Amino acid sequence: MKDQGTYQPYSYYQLMETSLRELLVEKGIVSDEAVNAEVTAMRERQPERGSKVVAHAWLDDAFRQRLLKNGTAACEELGLEIPALKLVVVENTPQVHNLVVCTLCSCYPWPVLGLPPVWYKSPPYRSRAVIDPRGVIAEFGTILPDNVEVRVWDSTAEVRYLVLPEQPADTDGLDEDALAVLVTRDGMIGTARL
Amino acid sequence: MKPQFATDYPAVAAKFKTGERVRVRKTAPLGHIRTPFYIRGHVGEIERFCGAFPNPEELAQMRDGLPAQPLYRVRFKQKKVWPDYHGPDSDVVEIEIFQHWLEKA
Repeated sequence: MKDQGTYQPYSYYQLMETSLRELLVEKGIVSDEAVNAEVTAMRERQPERGSKVVAHAWLDDAFRQRLLKNGTAACEELGLEIPALKLVVVENTPQVHNLVVCTLCSCYPWPVLGLPPVWYKSPPYRSRAVIDPRGVIAEFGTILPDNVEVRVWDSTAEVRYLVLPEQPADTDGLDEDALAVLVTRDGMIGTARL
Repeated sequence: MKPQFATDYPAVAAKFKTGERVRVRKTAPLGHIRTPFYIRGHVGEIERFCGAFPNPEELAQMRDGLPAQPLYRVRFKQKKVWPDYHGPDSDVVEIEIFQHWLEKA
């Protein structure tokens, strides 16, 4: 017989989610199908969407300008449907490094990056990203020199932020798909430089 | 002033301009507040007018949040926010703050 695994009782939050969902379905406020459709849609939202946007911006300077001016409209040019997302794209340069955080909760540009990593939602990241951004970035593997200005973006209200990393050296001539592979999720949050 | 994201809610008029110095009100009302504690009382500079949006403090009480409140992105010098900040003077933190939390500095 196939191993059925060890029985694990529901955790507090699983029980709360299931109870709330079943109650909403029972009252006819949402349907199981609608919940499943949203879960499926959410699984399809992955950081690769953002990577494609970044790679496209590296190759097409006019697109890059439009992306920095209006992130939402530029992403929609590439076929991403993100009408509710007010996206601001912030550009890393040799002089400026950007880091995104939500100190209040876990605001994140999930239509272009998918669900946030667990650490993004953790209190230590949320507090230290503003108090000591250079220390946090160093722990992720990059020591930023003092002549690079660090800009922290605390997404506290309506706008969501995506970092446009610098194109790595020696990648001229690569096509969009090859470049997109180099664009990591952490690079677009700003905890890493590519 | 042209907002970064246009909305069509009935809104309070935007009263701060880009580059203007503002202080975040130092107060601690109860409820759902989108102004972080760490920035209350600090002085920053208006970087941008984001647009007018329903007041989240009202939305959290199941009201419509109208008239919409102008939302700004405000830039603060990290050295001013954290007295023992490790980094150069040029480092900044930018935060979205609603107009009713700001006063002229």
